Amino acid sequence: MKKYQYIPFTLIALAAILITGCKPKNAATALSGNAAEKVYVAPGKYDEFYNFVSGGFNGQISVYGLPSGRLLKIIPVFSVFPENGYGYSEESKAMLQTSNGIVPWDDLHHLQLSQTNGEVDGRWLFANGNNSPRVARVDLKDFRTTEILEIPNSAGNHSSPFITENTEYVVAGTRFSIPMGDNIDVPIESYKKNFKGTVTYISVDPKEGNMKIAFQILLPPVNFDLSHSGKGPSHGWSFFSCYNREKANTLLEVNASMGDKDFIMAVNWKKAEEYIKAGKGLKKMVNYYHNKYDQSTHNCTSTLEKEVLMLDPTELKDMVYFIPCPKSPHGCDVDPSGEYIVASGKLAALIPVFSYSKMIKAIEDKQYEGDYEGIPVLKYESVLYGEVKKPGLGPLHTEFDGKGNAYTSFFVSSEVVKWNIKSLEVLDRVPTYYSIGHLCIPGGDSRKPFGKYLIAYNKITKDRYLPTGPELAQSAQLYDISGDKMQLILDFPTVGEPHYAQALPAEMLMKKSTKFYKIEENNHAYVSKGEKQAKVVRDGKKVHVYMTAIRSHFVPDNIEGVKLGDEVYFHVTNLEQDWDVPHGFAIKHANNAEILIMPGETQTLKWVPEKVGVFPIYCTDFCSALHQEMQGYVRVSPANSNTPLTFSTGKTSAEATPNK
Amino acid sequence: MKNKFTMTTLMKMATLFCSLGLIVVLFVPLWKIELGAPQYPEGLVLKIWPNKLGGDVEIINGLNHYIGMRHLHTEDFPEFTILPYIIAGFSLMGFITLFINKRNIFTIFVFSFLALCVISMIDFYRWEYEYGHELNPDAPIIVPGMAYQPPLIGYKKLLNFGAYSIPDTGGWIFVAVGVILLLTWILSRRKNIKLIK
Repeated sequence: MKKYQYIPFTLIALAAILITGCKPKNAATALSGNAAEKVYVAPGKYDEFYNFVSGGFNGQISVYGLPSGRLLKIIPVFSVFPENGYGYSEESKAMLQTSNGIVPWDDLHHLQLSQTNGEVDGRWLFANGNNSPRVARVDLKDFRTTEILEIPNSAGNHSSPFITENTEYVVAGTRFSIPMGDNIDVPIESYKKNFKGTVTYISVDPKEGNMKIAFQILLPPVNFDLSHSGKGPSHGWSFFSCYNREKANTLLEVNASMGDKDFIMAVNWKKAEEYIKAGKGLKKMVNYYHNKYDQSTHNCTSTLEKEVLMLDPTELKDMVYFIPCPKSPHGCDVDPSGEYIVASGKLAALIPVFSYSKMIKAIEDKQYEGDYEGIPVLKYESVLYGEVKKPGLGPLHTEFDGKGNAYTSFFVSSEVVKWNIKSLEVLDRVPTYYSIGHLCIPGGDSRKPFGKYLIAYNKITKDRYLPTGPELAQSAQLYDISGDKMQLILDFPTVGEPHYAQALPAEMLMKKSTKFYKIEENNHAYVSKGEKQAKVVRDGKKVHVYMTAIRSHFVPDNIEGVKLGDEVYFHVTNLEQDWDVPHGFAIKHANNAEILIMPGETQTLKWVPEKVGVFPIYCTDFCSALHQEMQGYVRVSPANSNTPLTFSTGKTSAEATPNK
Repeated sequence: MKNKFTMTTLMKMATLFCSLGLIVVLFVPLWKIELGAPQYPEGLVLKIWPNKLGGDVEIINGLNHYIGMRHLHTEDFPEFTILPYIIAGFSLMGFITLFINKRNIFTIFVFSFLALCVISMIDFYRWEYEYGHELNPDAPIIVPGMAYQPPLIGYKKLLNFGAYSIPDTGGWIFVAVGVILLLTWILSRRKNIKLIK
């Protein structure tokens, strides 16, 4: 008998081997042979695409190269950035001005590249501020935030900044409905009675890009989530996903998920334009700020705007329609042909695909199932093109490759699913690591997608990279989608928490990228165009230092006569006229930040000395072999002292004129 | 009318080419000094025009302050005032030679042009020597025994910079003009005349 006593142990061991052998493969083994080759960008070579990635709660945009996944730049937008002085310098502070004072942080979720004829054109990049409703515009010549517009009558500017196909408008739908007007101190329980939602249409000047609120539409208190505008045949319409049809104001997780269907809202903005031309709509008094950076004065101006034009669709008919959509739709994406609108119910087990032409027919035939707060609700079946059956769990967003295929992200089942738009058949699926949110294909929401790559931006990182304590970077994966099957080729960490992203071919931007600002075009009020113009001027309690920086000295670099109680403004002009020669400026114990000054630019750091003594200043950006010598002192004397105001630099060379 | 004192067709063609070429020279850079360094992958260039300095003059001046080289300014070189007149003068001289149509005048034209070329190069060398050697003793960087004279023609390493000095469009026209004139003159000498007849 003794020789059989080991049988049970042997069986258990065998079973263990078999079970672990059945465990699904992880990404390390899922990677196939030539992936490294596909993402290798040799030293000195350039990436093929720029990838602009929203930073979520860091309020910034990060710029990556594809296919390498290398981080190229961080563009501060809604958050202060002590690294270069954005939001700290006197010039840039006003960019963050709102009707509630300076708000130095925001939650940046979505990006949109400007388009012409529905194709990305590489002029501007728009971004939304979710928390304190704002929309920003970044100039793609110098990769800087150049304009920020506050959105009134909004709370949680989430379904933004989606644009129309010629960048006529940027839309901004409010996530939270709120009480508006004069009486806003109301019980939260009175939500159904007192709360309202809005969507805002911001017009964009086709030449300069300047934004202006054209009109707002007053809407029932649902939550507006995401949006995309029509293109081609559906140009003139925008589509918004809405949830909380139940109008819940608490425990939305349960209370906003009770109904079987929520809505996709279709807005005929060309109709809105007709109404405005006919003098319809009501002017509403509000307060909101419009902040604009001028590249010639290197300064931001903030303007307080006082009114918006409000359109009420219950009175102005044929402008807004609701389309029923299963279970709290999130993504709302329009395919390159402009005919199909893909909506993703976060809790739905299918993906409904709506047809634009069927919608128009349904409107003509008045195929209504009723109305919602005075706005017609079309019949689901009369607008539906078809449903993608059992695609996965938790569909969120869809992008397109321009070859008739759609790619939808699935948060719950953590995968990307490729399906054919016409046949609604699932063609392929790949896992993501882990729980993907947004996804991006270069040009993937335009009329002309560039295809080739797909990037998954994930919400959970866990074991993807070396552990860094409880707080981790976010993980992104790059897939080659040029073949029939998607192929995972790269995994790279991202900063902040990416939501939506955009990408375009590198050659659209690299040639026109600004190298430096021309000093002869510098119209800053406190510019010093040459060392001979450097000076220190007292104006009551304010001391203005007109300072120049050039390799490797400041003029002046010795300043005396500053007194306690003074406010000192260092207006530093970088006299260099060459690429990649920024100078930095910092002073000991300044309680704000440093400033980085690009060649030809003037930036101002305000300093309020709080103690008597001698305070060192120095250049913070390693500019030359003698960078460490680029330093000086400011002497601060007691308020009642007689120290005269003097300034100097070793010897002021006669040659030291600005570069022409 | 043809005799041994009038110019041959070849001489006339060469003279005409030279006169026209020299007009072009007035409007293009003569010479260039290309500079490359690890920090300047895109390269810097100093262009010498008949009447001015061009290219990245200000950037080069900014860099030269480290080694104490004098700043380069067009105004400091009297040549830039007179050189355009000299070039235009030679072009005119070519047309006069054509008009007079005498071989001995052609010979004078050829050799005075060649003399101009040689004098120009000597003058160029002299300036290069002066700027390369007369350095500010208070310069931040002083390397004992080091001078920064760029090469007259060709390549030379100066600290972290490689300097490459070569003719630009105008310079190449000058070279072509010189070569054509000299060859024509040699081929047209009486003992060689049968070679082209």
